[in-house]
Amino acid sequence: MSAVQQTDAAQARSLISFDTHPDRYNHWKLDVQGSVATLAMNVNEDKGLKPGYKLKLNSYDLGVDIELHDALQRIRFEHPAVKTVVLTSARERMFCSGANIYMLGLSTHAWKVNFCKFTNETRNGIEDSSRHSGLKFLAAVNGTVAGGGYELALACDEILMIDDRSSTVSLPELPLLGVLPGTGGLTRVTDKRKVRRDLADVFCTTSEGVRADRAKQWKLVDHAAKPQRFAQAVSERVAALAAQSNRSGGGKGVTLTPLDRTIDDAGYHYEHVDAEVDRKTRVASITVRAPGSAQPTDVDGILAAGAAWWPLAMARELDDAILMLRTNELEVGTWLLKTRGDIDAVLAVDQSLKANQSNWFVNEVIGMLRRTLARLDVTSRTLYAIIDKGSCFAGTLLEIALSADRSYMLALPDEPDESPCIALSDRNFGSYPMVNHQTRMLTRFCDDEQPAEATRARIGEKLRAEQAAELGLVTFTPDDLDWDDEVRLAIEERTSQSPDALTGLEANLRFTGTETMETRIFARLSAWQNWIFNRPNAVGEQGALKVYGTGGKAKFNWERI
Amino acid sequence: MSINYSERIPNNVNLASNRTLQRALEHWQPAFQDWWKEMGPENSTALEVYLRTAISVAPDGWAHYDHVRMPDYRWGIFLAPPEAGRKVNFGAHKGDPAWQEVPGEYRSTLRRIIVTQGDTEPASVEQQRHLGLTCPSLYDMRNIFQVNVEEGRHLWAMVYLLHAYFGRDGREEAEALLERRSGDSDNPRILTAFNEKTPDWLSFFMFTFITDRDGKFQLAALAESGFDPLSRTCRFMLTEEAHHLFVGESGVSRIIQRTCDAMNRHKTDDPAKLRALGVIDLPTIQKYLNFHFSVTSDLYGNEVSSNAASFYTNGLKGRYEEAKLADDHVLDTSEYPVMEVVDENIVTRQVPALTALNERLRDDWVKDVAAGVTRWNKVPEKAGVPFRFVLPHKGFNRRIGAFAEHHVSPQGQILSEAAWTHQHKQWLPVEEDHQFVHSLMGRVIEPGKFANWIAPPARGINNQPVNFEYVRFS
Repeated sequence: MSAVQQTDAAQARSLISFDTHPDRYNHWKLDVQGSVATLAMNVNEDKGLKPGYKLKLNSYDLGVDIELHDALQRIRFEHPAVKTVVLTSARERMFCSGANIYMLGLSTHAWKVNFCKFTNETRNGIEDSSRHSGLKFLAAVNGTVAGGGYELALACDEILMIDDRSSTVSLPELPLLGVLPGTGGLTRVTDKRKVRRDLADVFCTTSEGVRADRAKQWKLVDHAAKPQRFAQAVSERVAALAAQSNRSGGGKGVTLTPLDRTIDDAGYHYEHVDAEVDRKTRVASITVRAPGSAQPTDVDGILAAGAAWWPLAMARELDDAILMLRTNELEVGTWLLKTRGDIDAVLAVDQSLKANQSNWFVNEVIGMLRRTLARLDVTSRTLYAIIDKGSCFAGTLLEIALSADRSYMLALPDEPDESPCIALSDRNFGSYPMVNHQTRMLTRFCDDEQPAEATRARIGEKLRAEQAAELGLVTFTPDDLDWDDEVRLAIEERTSQSPDALTGLEANLRFTGTETMETRIFARLSAWQNWIFNRPNAVGEQGALKVYGTGGKAKFNWERI
Repeated sequence: MSINYSERIPNNVNLASNRTLQRALEHWQPAFQDWWKEMGPENSTALEVYLRTAISVAPDGWAHYDHVRMPDYRWGIFLAPPEAGRKVNFGAHKGDPAWQEVPGEYRSTLRRIIVTQGDTEPASVEQQRHLGLTCPSLYDMRNIFQVNVEEGRHLWAMVYLLHAYFGRDGREEAEALLERRSGDSDNPRILTAFNEKTPDWLSFFMFTFITDRDGKFQLAALAESGFDPLSRTCRFMLTEEAHHLFVGESGVSRIIQRTCDAMNRHKTDDPAKLRALGVIDLPTIQKYLNFHFSVTSDLYGNEVSSNAASFYTNGLKGRYEEAKLADDHVLDTSEYPVMEVVDENIVTRQVPALTALNERLRDDWVKDVAAGVTRWNKVPEKAGVPFRFVLPHKGFNRRIGAFAEHHVSPQGQILSEAAWTHQHKQWLPVEEDHQFVHSLMGRVIEPGKFANWIAPPARGINNQPVNFEYVRFS
């Protein structure tokens, strides 16, 4: 991992950071040739993120996935000409054996869940880019693929598997480890690949899996090719996928410069984002600042600004802050979401996003915002939006408040001119769908079109607390006399409640209405998988996950629950 | 028309009354015949070969010797006689009655073990199929064919288990065993060593001495299995395997003998001169030994292996001579030393014995190979030739395990990439060596005559004279 600017105290806590660069990858090779990017996995077994395990057989840990995430970001922004991404292995006869089991065995439950969440988000991001950016993904499975390796392949648009009569595809989590696939494997097998459920039952309970011929027959893969023909088949599928791509980028990409971040005891500080951490009260305040200077309005200006263009810079910083807090500040369970700056400056950027969204770069920036907001939605922290004086929850930034579990907006009935306002823009009505493929607005009103449409009619208006409350856009609007106590009490009450139950409650309420594959994946991760991962049958002294690799035999409590 | 398999297939598994097995064999037996015609010894169908055929499991009279045409060989199905009251002798099920049926819990693991073992049997036949054309004598030709038909029978033995105990999946796997081909890049045999070429007789003898010895140790470990039919099958296979090891050991020994004779007669140890005399110089034999030893060493897998550990705990695969070892046969508290490379040094570290079972089996095999090498060394010793063969270090030329990413000299020094590139030609056969050995290969088929590069054996097969007509060309 990269050197992180931080104080000694922060260093002593040995922080995980998500910074990396293709020049420093330990586990992947990114090769871009014209419209094709090839991402070849070649995990360095000695470069695990934490001590105590070796990343054998192209197995991965968070460090490997951080590089994958970085590589995908580079392809999105730095290589606009790419239409097809080939995910493959640099090893012979081994594509990827999934998450490293010894790493899981050594990890705390929180680490495992956080790891699974990030890997899920990265895989969802692959599908998001296919859906919205025209980047098409081919899993060129050139050897055995198991568990998380297959789940990675499942996130791609197509899976081409080598038919060498010995390589197999499997989801061996249940028979081998007594747990379930943690990265959407079960759900994608049925929802995405339409594998019949009885065949999925057989597949998911057979540790050795199936070879390419049966995998194709059961729809676990799209294509199979003999070793001699494999390279040719990859080229053919790349061409076919490229034909489905509407990615129009040409010319130079936008370099993702390293984030300007400072870490100290008070938190994580960026140019446009600040995450202040109070470990004593277990509360973080994340403040997003509106652009402080005029932003470009046309494509040339936007491209010239590149990674410094406010919506991208802000999104990258917010994304990083979310990841840093989630990974490094486990006990900080309540996040206060705040904004500072000029509402009009934010709305002006929304105008530019709208006016230029057919440009590849602007489209990618919108994608980055969409994925960052989606990351917030699935974060297992209480999110309270604090809409106070000086805030600028407008348009794109209003989405942050709409992602919160509650919002508190300051009402100043006696000083209307001083009142904090929120504002809607067209960005609130379709640019940033949640993982349920729905706007936050419609999700907020439980799929009821009427109140959602009522808000649409107010686009562009500056809405004070009373108006916002009337429209149902905020939860509470204490006035200045009540404000301090109301907010304090709300936070103190929340931080005293069971973190597990809150996680369950929040995950439940944030996704109302229709389920999608993605919501099912996250719901199952936080419900079933968390439960199974915590049970003695998996992690007790003689649980299947615990004894894996020792040669010991799992002892189960046979009671069905 | 129904075929009486019981007549065509000598067996002690009550084939006549087992309908499941008969149904399976109706499909498989013709496919096996086709495979043998396509991939068995080249140009051999008309030959009448003096072969032994297993006809029972009686210790004194299990084999019958006669001249037969190989396609008519009666590949039989034999299991060692049942041991009354046999138990699972190790692991978590220790003390339970041995399983007569496959436990559902272990179905896929056992199937994989059997398929992996079974795949090596036809593979070696395929690897060796051209060698009959360059045999150094009728005696040797007969021996290679004997090895081939018995590898074929060992395939039958594994296929019997798949057919009899694993249902439809087993039948599919049995078919796949006939579909893979050694060295076929689209459809290779499972284990890498079984996709290598066996291009000449020196390689063949080394293979049977070293790689078939891996087979012996794998079979011995499976002979300890709690799955009784597998145990009984492997025990009987081991009786045949001994001959294969003999063919390899005595073959190399006779080559050494011949070279030592030439060295003494011509008073030289100059490889060039010896090569000019048409014998294989001893350093070249050492190189072949190095190659086969290291490649076969990889077959045991990683030094530390969770698969091996669970095979043991689950009672599926034991240690070599498990039942004779004096310990708890559970291994949850003991340790075993394995080597690894730390900071460019080879160090030994104690790991839980359960996870080191691959290494332990490899060590048992190394001891057995080393004993054979000691017997070879008696030949130069007797002849007064100072050369001695030595086994290379375990880390030499490895592709799997702790040494896979390192270059290790035969003496056990870690080498830089440059040093390895510079020196490995002294240790492993190079193209020139292969070409030289290949140049010696010519067919000798006159009874009692031997190619120039190999000495005659001390005695013939089954008390027949050395100049017996072991193969008839009708």
